[in-house]
Amino acid sequence: MNLLAQTWDLLMANPARFGAALWTHVLLSAMALLAGAVIAVPLGVRLALSNRHALLAINLANVGRTLPSLAVLALAMPLLGTGFVPSLFALALLALPPILLNTYTGVRGVDPDVIDAARGMGMREGEITRRVRLQLALPLIFSGLRTAAAQVISGATLAAYIGGGGLGEFITSGVAMMAIPQLLLGAIPATLLAIGVDALFGRLQKTMTPRGLLTT
Amino acid sequence: MKWFLNNWDQVLQALAEHILVSGSALLIAFVISLPIGIWAARSTRVMAVSLGITGVLYTIPTLALLALLIPIVGLGKTNGILAMVMFSLMILIRNIATGIRGVPPEVVDAARGMGMSGAQVLRRVELPLALPVILAGLRVAAVTVISITVVAAYVNAGGLGTIIFAGMSNDHTPKIWVGALTACLLSVLVDVLLSMVETRARRATQ
Repeated sequence: MNLLAQTWDLLMANPARFGAALWTHVLLSAMALLAGAVIAVPLGVRLALSNRHALLAINLANVGRTLPSLAVLALAMPLLGTGFVPSLFALALLALPPILLNTYTGVRGVDPDVIDAARGMGMREGEITRRVRLQLALPLIFSGLRTAAAQVISGATLAAYIGGGGLGEFITSGVAMMAIPQLLLGAIPATLLAIGVDALFGRLQKTMTPRGLLTT
Repeated sequence: MKWFLNNWDQVLQALAEHILVSGSALLIAFVISLPIGIWAARSTRVMAVSLGITGVLYTIPTLALLALLIPIVGLGKTNGILAMVMFSLMILIRNIATGIRGVPPEVVDAARGMGMSGAQVLRRVELPLALPVILAGLRVAAVTVISITVVAAYVNAGGLGTIIFAGMSNDHTPKIWVGALTACLLSVLVDVLLSMVETRARRATQ
């Protein structure tokens, strides 16, 4: 309890520094997730529809999913240097596989009868993709975004090692100096942020599910 | 490359330590998850509660969890292994429970009709049939644990992360490359190997 009080005092003594680290953390995570989604969702839809290169891309994504986050971030250092932008690149790369795989599986899993029905109603292919396939794949796409968000927020704490800033800075300097309150000033907010965002995505995932697909 | 050729014994040692730490964490997590998973397969309430709690643990950022454990257990392997166990529980419990739930009820009924006791049904029918799903969980958990071990080097748990951190703090690029690529290679290899085991188990149960 004493440690928590000291952490609170530290926060009160450095509100600007804490605010800046939190803001960098959120910005880094949000931009990486957005970049990942902008690339992976259209790519996943395309792969699911065309079948060409699909196997290769899915296998690559599966390999990408197994790569240790810190290894990817560390490799950004010799390749891209240190700072915010290299961290963003590495984190966006980490966000890609779960979104891509879930979009692909979601679009692939749409009942062919539904597509036939949409064709029968006179919809054009583009319309079917936008208004039927994507809508029905939405719950799975959101579950991919949720996984990616957790991974990116976790990865963003590691970005401190390559000068990306964020809450990880308090943790790394706290561990280096064995200053427990400082370490907690990074670890506790990072944990709360991750849990909060996960809950938010869980809620979104529910509201995004078309009413006809709700089973419970 | 030159650094690697001169220091391959150091890399090999870090790799061995990495495998040892990850392996023991995975073993401990499995021993804890098995009874909880079996219980969760029988009761929807237990499933909801256990997955609710372990799911929260699963979303905590790796470095934050390692840091949160420092005031409690200090630095070292215990810290790292504890964090890895906490992380893999959700994956293992979920897959053990869903694997057992996926066994067709007629098969369980038939086994009971043959006079098997509850424990026998579990050991000789349910667990073998759930094996492919359990192995799939083990694979995801293994890859997760290997990834956490890299970070856990920062709290002195050893392994390949030690080389990466040494490279980053001394701006010694070859160390970063060797450490990071060996870690990537290890997790890809373990993933491929376990997916082969999983495929074999799936064929055997069909």
